[in-house]
Amino acid sequence: MYILVVGGGKVGYYLTKTLVNEGYEVFLIEKNPIKVHIYRERFGAIVMQGDGAEVATLAAAGAGRADVVIAVTGDDEDNLVICQVARERFGVRRTIARVNNPKNEELFRRLGVDVTVSQTNVILSLIEQQIPERPFVHLMALRHADLAIVEIKVAEDSPVINQPIWQIPFPPEVIVTAILRRGEVIIPTGQTIVEPGDELIVVTKQQREAELRELLTHTTA
Amino acid sequence: MNIVIVGCGRVGARLAIDLVNEGHHVAIVDLKQTAFRRLPERFPGQLIIGTGIDEDVLRSAGIESADAFIAVTDNDNTNIMAAQIAQVLYRIPTVILRIYDPERAEIYRELGLHVICPTTAVATKIEDAIHQAQQAASASTTEQR
Repeated sequence: MYILVVGGGKVGYYLTKTLVNEGYEVFLIEKNPIKVHIYRERFGAIVMQGDGAEVATLAAAGAGRADVVIAVTGDDEDNLVICQVARERFGVRRTIARVNNPKNEELFRRLGVDVTVSQTNVILSLIEQQIPERPFVHLMALRHADLAIVEIKVAEDSPVINQPIWQIPFPPEVIVTAILRRGEVIIPTGQTIVEPGDELIVVTKQQREAELRELLTHTTA
Repeated sequence: MNIVIVGCGRVGARLAIDLVNEGHHVAIVDLKQTAFRRLPERFPGQLIIGTGIDEDVLRSAGIESADAFIAVTDNDNTNIMAAQIAQVLYRIPTVILRIYDPERAEIYRELGLHVICPTTAVATKIEDAIHQAQQAASASTTEQR
Protein backbone atom coordinates (compact mmCIF):
# COMPACT_ATOMS: atom_id res chain seq x y z
CA MET A 1 0.00 0.00 0.00
CA TYR A 2 1.35 3.40 -1.01
CA ILE A 3 0.40 6.27 1.30
CA LEU A 4 0.99 9.90 0.47
CA VAL A 5 1.10 12.31 3.42
CA VAL A 6 0.85 16.04 2.74
CA GLY A 7 1.90 18.44 5.49
CA GLY A 8 4.91 17.87 7.71
CA GLY A 9 3.83 19.51 10.93
CA LYS A 10 3.74 17.47 14.13
CA VAL A 11 0.81 15.38 12.90
CA GLY A 12 2.40 14.68 9.51
CA TYR A 13 5.79 13.93 11.01
CA TYR A 14 4.58 11.38 13.57
CA LEU A 15 2.13 9.90 11.10
CA THR A 16 4.93 9.34 8.58
CA LYS A 17 7.21 7.91 11.25
CA THR A 18 4.55 5.49 12.50
CA LEU A 19 3.51 4.37 9.03
CA VAL A 20 7.14 3.78 8.01
CA ASN A 21 7.72 1.70 11.15
CA GLU A 22 4.63 -0.33 10.34
CA GLY A 23 6.16 -1.19 7.00
CA TYR A 24 4.04 0.93 4.67
CA GLU A 25 5.43 2.65 1.64
CA VAL A 26 5.07 6.30 2.62
CA PHE A 27 5.92 9.59 0.96
CA LEU A 28 5.78 12.98 2.68
CA ILE A 29 5.30 16.35 1.00
CA GLU A 30 6.18 19.46 3.02
CA LYS A 31 6.38 23.12 1.94
CA ASN A 32 9.05 24.37 4.32
CA PRO A 33 12.57 23.57 2.95
CA ILE A 34 14.14 23.69 6.42
CA LYS A 35 11.78 21.00 7.71
CA VAL A 36 12.34 18.98 4.55
CA HIS A 37 16.09 19.10 5.18
CA ILE A 38 15.67 17.83 8.75
CA TYR A 39 13.17 15.11 7.77
CA ARG A 40 15.43 13.89 4.94
CA GLU A 41 18.14 13.18 7.48
CA ARG A 42 15.68 11.05 9.44
CA PHE A 43 13.59 9.43 6.72
CA GLY A 44 15.83 9.61 3.65
CA ALA A 45 14.50 10.23 0.16
CA ILE A 46 10.82 9.73 0.98
CA VAL A 47 10.43 13.45 1.81
CA MET A 48 9.90 16.05 -0.88
CA GLN A 49 9.64 19.82 -0.79
CA GLY A 50 6.60 21.23 -2.54
CA ASP A 51 3.03 22.48 -2.45
CA GLY A 52 0.80 19.43 -2.19
CA ALA A 53 -2.18 21.28 -3.67
CA GLU A 54 -0.32 21.63 -6.97
CA VAL A 55 -0.89 19.03 -9.66
CA ALA A 56 2.84 18.95 -10.57
CA THR A 57 3.89 18.26 -6.98
CA LEU A 58 1.38 15.45 -6.55
CA ALA A 59 2.45 13.98 -9.91
CA ALA A 60 6.12 14.03 -8.87
CA ALA A 61 5.20 12.31 -5.61
CA GLY A 62 3.52 9.51 -7.56
CA ALA A 63 -0.06 10.35 -6.60
CA GLY A 64 -1.21 8.34 -9.60
CA ARG A 65 -0.39 5.10 -7.82
CA ALA A 66 -1.25 6.23 -4.28
CA ASP A 67 -3.86 4.15 -2.47
CA VAL A 68 -4.44 6.83 0.12
CA VAL A 69 -3.73 10.56 0.30
CA ILE A 70 -3.73 12.06 3.79
CA ALA A 71 -3.80 15.88 4.01
CA VAL A 72 -2.73 17.06 7.46
CA THR A 73 -1.55 20.64 7.01
CA GLY A 74 -2.66 23.26 9.51
CA ASP A 75 -4.98 24.91 7.00
CA ASP A 76 -8.38 23.43 6.25
CA GLU A 77 -8.63 25.05 2.81
CA ASP A 78 -5.34 23.42 1.79
CA ASN A 79 -6.38 20.01 3.11
CA LEU A 80 -9.66 20.21 1.18
CA VAL A 81 -8.01 21.16 -2.11
CA ILE A 82 -5.25 18.53 -1.74
CA CYS A 83 -7.88 15.80 -1.35
CA GLN A 84 -10.02 17.10 -4.20
CA VAL A 85 -7.08 17.44 -6.61
CA ALA A 86 -5.83 13.96 -5.66
CA ARG A 87 -9.24 12.49 -6.39
CA GLU A 88 -10.11 14.47 -9.52
CA ARG A 89 -6.71 14.43 -11.25
CA PHE A 90 -5.11 11.26 -9.99
CA GLY A 91 -8.11 9.07 -9.26
CA VAL A 92 -6.97 8.45 -5.67
CA ARG A 93 -9.72 6.34 -4.19
CA ARG A 94 -9.27 7.18 -0.53
CA THR A 95 -8.64 10.67 0.76
CA ILE A 96 -8.33 11.64 4.40
CA ALA A 97 -8.30 15.24 5.61
CA ARG A 98 -7.42 16.73 8.94
CA VAL A 99 -10.04 19.31 9.85
CA ASN A 100 -8.94 22.09 12.15
CA ASN A 101 -12.32 23.76 12.47
CA PRO A 102 -14.69 20.95 13.57
CA LYS A 103 -17.56 22.62 11.72
CA ASN A 104 -15.85 21.73 8.44
CA GLU A 105 -16.22 17.96 8.85
CA GLU A 106 -19.69 17.87 7.31
CA LEU A 107 -18.70 20.23 4.47
CA PHE A 108 -15.62 18.19 3.57
CA ARG A 109 -17.60 14.98 3.40
CA ARG A 110 -20.17 16.63 1.16
CA LEU A 111 -17.34 17.80 -1.06
CA GLY A 112 -16.04 14.27 -1.55
CA VAL A 113 -13.39 13.78 1.14
CA ASP A 114 -13.74 10.18 2.35
CA VAL A 115 -12.65 10.55 5.95
CA THR A 116 -12.21 13.64 8.08
CA VAL A 117 -10.35 13.80 11.35
CA SER A 118 -11.01 16.68 13.67
CA GLN A 119 -8.74 16.85 16.68
CA THR A 120 -11.32 18.92 18.48
CA ASN A 121 -14.02 16.33 17.89
CA VAL A 122 -11.69 13.43 18.73
CA ILE A 123 -10.84 14.98 22.08
CA LEU A 124 -14.52 15.77 22.65
CA SER A 125 -15.54 12.19 21.98
CA LEU A 126 -12.76 10.91 24.23
CA ILE A 127 -14.16 13.07 26.98
CA GLU A 128 -17.64 11.72 26.21
CA GLN A 129 -16.37 8.14 26.41
CA GLN A 130 -14.80 8.82 29.79
CA ILE A 131 -18.09 9.97 31.22
CA PRO A 132 -19.90 6.73 32.20
CA GLU A 133 -23.32 8.39 32.41
CA ARG A 134 -23.27 9.19 28.74
CA PRO A 135 -25.30 6.41 27.10
CA PHE A 136 -24.86 7.29 23.43
CA VAL A 137 -21.49 8.10 21.87
CA HIS A 138 -20.89 8.88 18.24
CA LEU A 139 -17.62 7.08 17.42
CA MET A 140 -17.18 7.83 13.75
CA ALA A 141 -19.04 9.11 10.73
CA LEU A 142 -18.41 7.56 7.34
CA ARG A 143 -19.11 9.46 4.19
CA HIS A 144 -20.61 6.66 2.16
CA ALA A 145 -24.36 6.31 2.53
CA ASP A 146 -24.40 8.48 5.66
CA LEU A 147 -23.18 5.67 7.87
CA ALA A 148 -22.11 6.19 11.44
CA ILE A 149 -20.61 3.96 14.09
CA VAL A 150 -22.05 4.58 17.54
CA GLU A 151 -21.49 3.14 20.97
CA ILE A 152 -24.58 2.70 23.10
CA LYS A 153 -24.75 1.72 26.74
CA VAL A 154 -27.99 -0.18 27.19
CA ALA A 155 -30.11 1.18 30.04
CA GLU A 156 -30.25 -1.15 33.06
CA ASP A 157 -34.02 -1.40 32.90
CA SER A 158 -34.36 -1.23 29.14
CA PRO A 159 -36.99 -3.56 27.63
CA VAL A 160 -34.30 -5.07 25.38
CA ILE A 161 -32.40 -6.55 28.33
CA ASN A 162 -32.36 -10.38 28.42
CA GLN A 163 -33.66 -10.59 24.88
CA PRO A 164 -31.83 -12.23 22.00
CA ILE A 165 -30.82 -9.71 19.33
CA TRP A 166 -33.14 -11.20 16.68
CA GLN A 167 -36.16 -10.44 18.87
CA ILE A 168 -35.21 -6.82 19.54
CA PRO A 169 -37.19 -4.48 17.26
CA PHE A 170 -34.18 -2.62 15.86
CA PRO A 171 -34.97 0.03 13.23
CA PRO A 172 -34.03 -0.97 9.66
CA GLU A 173 -30.55 -0.10 8.32
CA VAL A 174 -28.94 -0.82 11.68
CA ILE A 175 -26.59 -3.66 12.62
CA VAL A 176 -25.02 -4.57 15.96
CA THR A 177 -21.39 -5.37 15.16
CA ALA A 178 -19.94 -5.91 18.63
CA ILE A 179 -20.88 -6.04 22.28
CA LEU A 180 -18.52 -4.87 25.00
CA ARG A 181 -19.26 -6.87 28.15
CA ARG A 182 -17.08 -6.73 31.28
CA GLY A 183 -14.00 -5.84 29.26
CA GLU A 184 -14.61 -8.57 26.65
CA VAL A 185 -15.52 -8.01 23.05
CA ILE A 186 -18.30 -10.28 21.76
CA ILE A 187 -19.17 -10.52 18.09
CA PRO A 188 -22.88 -11.18 18.37
CA THR A 189 -25.21 -13.45 16.41
CA GLY A 190 -29.00 -13.22 16.39
CA GLN A 191 -29.03 -15.58 19.37
CA THR A 192 -26.77 -13.41 21.56
CA ILE A 193 -28.69 -12.16 24.58
CA VAL A 194 -28.26 -8.54 25.64
CA GLU A 195 -27.30 -8.26 29.31
CA PRO A 196 -27.50 -5.33 31.71
CA GLY A 197 -24.44 -3.10 31.40
CA ASP A 198 -23.70 -4.15 27.79
CA GLU A 199 -22.28 -1.58 25.44
CA LEU A 200 -23.28 -2.12 21.83
CA ILE A 201 -21.15 -0.98 18.90
CA VAL A 202 -23.66 -0.35 16.14
CA VAL A 203 -23.27 0.58 12.49
CA THR A 204 -26.26 2.70 11.56
CA LYS A 205 -27.58 5.00 8.91
CA GLN A 206 -27.30 8.46 10.40
CA GLN A 207 -31.02 9.13 10.08
CA ARG A 208 -31.73 6.06 12.24
CA GLU A 209 -29.68 7.28 15.19
CA ALA A 210 -32.60 8.88 16.98
CA GLU A 211 -34.77 5.72 16.80
CA LEU A 212 -31.85 3.61 17.93
CA ARG A 213 -31.17 5.84 20.88
CA GLU A 214 -34.84 5.80 21.82
CA LEU A 215 -35.00 1.98 21.64
CA LEU A 216 -31.90 1.24 23.71
CA THR A 217 -31.61 4.04 26.22
CA HIS A 218 -35.27 4.54 26.95
CA THR A 219 -36.36 2.89 30.17
CA THR A 220 -39.61 1.01 30.74
CA ALA A 221 -40.60 3.41 33.50
CA MET B 1 -28.70 42.27 -5.79
CA ASN B 2 -27.12 41.22 -2.52
CA ILE B 3 -23.47 40.49 -3.22
CA VAL B 4 -20.87 39.01 -0.89
CA ILE B 5 -17.20 39.55 -1.77
CA VAL B 6 -14.44 37.63 0.01
CA GLY B 7 -11.05 39.36 -0.17
CA CYS B 8 -10.56 43.13 -0.15
CA GLY B 9 -7.43 43.28 -2.28
CA ARG B 10 -7.16 45.38 -5.43
CA VAL B 11 -9.74 43.33 -7.30
CA GLY B 12 -12.12 42.88 -4.36
CA ALA B 13 -12.07 46.58 -3.45
CA ARG B 14 -12.52 47.64 -7.08
CA LEU B 15 -15.50 45.30 -7.48
CA ALA B 16 -17.03 46.51 -4.22
CA ILE B 17 -16.80 50.15 -5.31
CA ASP B 18 -18.19 49.48 -8.81
CA LEU B 19 -21.02 47.27 -7.61
CA VAL B 20 -22.10 49.72 -4.89
CA ASN B 21 -22.13 52.49 -7.50
CA GLU B 22 -24.39 50.35 -9.65
CA GLY B 23 -26.84 50.21 -6.75
CA HIS B 24 -26.13 46.76 -5.37
CA HIS B 25 -25.91 45.87 -1.70
CA VAL B 26 -22.34 44.73 -1.04
CA ALA B 27 -20.80 43.00 1.96
CA ILE B 28 -17.02 42.55 1.81
CA VAL B 29 -14.97 40.18 3.99
CA ASP B 30 -11.25 40.36 4.72
CA LEU B 31 -8.95 38.95 7.38
CA LYS B 32 -7.22 42.28 7.90
CA GLN B 33 -8.79 45.55 8.92
CA THR B 34 -6.06 47.37 6.98
CA ALA B 35 -7.33 45.87 3.70
CA PHE B 36 -10.42 48.07 3.95
CA ARG B 37 -8.20 51.14 3.47
CA ARG B 38 -8.55 50.42 -0.23
CA LEU B 39 -12.19 51.48 0.04
CA PRO B 40 -13.25 55.14 0.08
CA GLU B 41 -14.26 56.83 3.33
CA ARG B 42 -17.96 56.47 4.12
CA PHE B 43 -18.18 53.40 1.89
CA PRO B 44 -21.84 52.36 2.07
CA GLY B 45 -21.20 48.61 1.94
CA GLN B 46 -20.88 46.26 4.90
CA LEU B 47 -17.34 45.43 6.11
CA ILE B 48 -16.66 42.17 7.94
CA ILE B 49 -13.31 41.18 9.45
CA GLY B 50 -12.76 37.44 9.36
CA THR B 51 -11.91 34.51 7.15
CA GLY B 52 -14.12 33.71 4.18
CA ILE B 53 -14.00 29.99 4.92
CA ASP B 54 -15.78 30.28 8.25
CA GLU B 55 -19.53 29.87 7.99
CA ASP B 56 -20.14 32.13 10.98
CA VAL B 57 -18.24 34.93 9.27
CA LEU B 58 -20.07 34.33 5.99
CA ARG B 59 -23.41 34.36 7.77
CA SER B 60 -22.65 37.72 9.33
CA ALA B 61 -21.91 38.90 5.78
CA GLY B 62 -25.45 37.81 4.87
CA ILE B 63 -24.59 34.76 2.76
CA GLU B 64 -28.02 33.27 3.46
CA SER B 65 -29.74 35.97 1.41
CA ALA B 66 -26.95 36.58 -1.14
CA ASP B 67 -27.69 36.51 -4.88
CA ALA B 68 -24.03 36.49 -5.88
CA PHE B 69 -20.82 35.42 -4.18
CA ILE B 70 -17.32 36.41 -5.31
CA ALA B 71 -14.11 34.87 -3.90
CA VAL B 72 -11.03 36.95 -4.76
CA THR B 73 -8.53 36.58 -1.92
CA ASP B 74 -4.88 36.13 -2.93
CA ASN B 75 -5.06 32.47 -1.84
CA ASP B 76 -6.39 30.00 -4.42
CA ASN B 77 -7.37 27.39 -1.88
CA THR B 78 -9.25 29.89 0.29
CA ASN B 79 -11.21 31.00 -2.78
CA ILE B 80 -11.95 27.40 -3.72
CA MET B 81 -13.22 26.49 -0.26
CA ALA B 82 -15.24 29.70 0.18
CA ALA B 83 -16.84 29.26 -3.25
CA GLN B 84 -17.78 25.66 -2.52
CA ILE B 85 -19.39 26.70 0.78
CA ALA B 86 -21.44 29.26 -1.15
CA GLN B 87 -22.35 26.92 -4.00
CA VAL B 88 -22.88 23.62 -2.18
CA LEU B 89 -24.10 24.63 1.28
CA TYR B 90 -25.93 27.88 0.54
CA ARG B 91 -26.85 27.28 -3.12
CA ILE B 92 -26.06 30.88 -4.09
CA PRO B 93 -27.19 31.22 -7.74
CA THR B 94 -24.06 33.04 -8.93
CA VAL B 95 -20.68 32.04 -7.52
CA ILE B 96 -17.49 33.34 -9.12
CA LEU B 97 -13.96 32.72 -7.94
CA ARG B 98 -10.40 33.54 -8.90
CA ILE B 99 -7.79 30.78 -9.16
CA TYR B 100 -4.27 31.77 -10.21
CA ASP B 101 -3.06 28.20 -10.80
CA PRO B 102 -4.30 27.16 -14.29
CA GLU B 103 -4.37 23.46 -13.42
CA ARG B 104 -6.49 23.93 -10.33
CA ALA B 105 -8.67 26.35 -12.34
CA GLU B 106 -9.35 23.57 -14.83
CA ILE B 107 -10.18 21.01 -12.13
CA TYR B 108 -12.75 23.25 -10.44
CA ARG B 109 -14.26 24.31 -13.75
CA GLU B 110 -14.86 20.63 -14.39
CA LEU B 111 -16.48 20.42 -10.96
CA GLY B 112 -18.98 23.08 -12.05
CA LEU B 113 -17.59 26.28 -10.55
CA HIS B 114 -17.37 29.58 -12.44
CA VAL B 115 -13.60 30.07 -12.34
CA ILE B 116 -11.63 33.05 -13.58
CA CYS B 117 -7.94 32.32 -14.05
CA PRO B 118 -5.99 35.59 -14.38
CA THR B 119 -2.82 33.69 -15.31
CA THR B 120 -4.20 32.23 -18.53
CA ALA B 121 -6.36 35.33 -19.19
CA VAL B 122 -3.35 37.68 -19.03
CA ALA B 123 -1.04 35.30 -20.89
CA THR B 124 -3.62 34.93 -23.67
CA LYS B 125 -4.00 38.73 -23.96
CA ILE B 126 -0.24 39.18 -24.20
CA GLU B 127 0.06 36.39 -26.75
CA ASP B 128 -2.72 37.97 -28.81
CA ALA B 129 -0.92 41.31 -28.71
CA ILE B 130 2.32 39.61 -29.81
CA HIS B 131 0.53 37.82 -32.64
CA GLN B 132 -1.02 41.08 -33.80
CA ALA B 133 2.35 42.82 -33.70
CA GLN B 134 3.84 39.92 -35.66
CA GLN B 135 1.12 40.14 -38.29
CA ALA B 136 1.51 43.89 -38.58
CA ALA B 137 5.27 43.49 -38.98
CA SER B 138 5.00 40.77 -41.61
CA ALA B 139 2.29 42.77 -43.43
CA SER B 140 4.55 45.81 -43.60
CA THR B 141 7.52 43.71 -44.80
CA THR B 142 5.30 42.22 -47.53
CA GLU B 143 4.24 45.73 -48.52
CA GLN B 144 7.83 46.87 -48.70
CA ARG B 145 8.56 44.00 -51.06
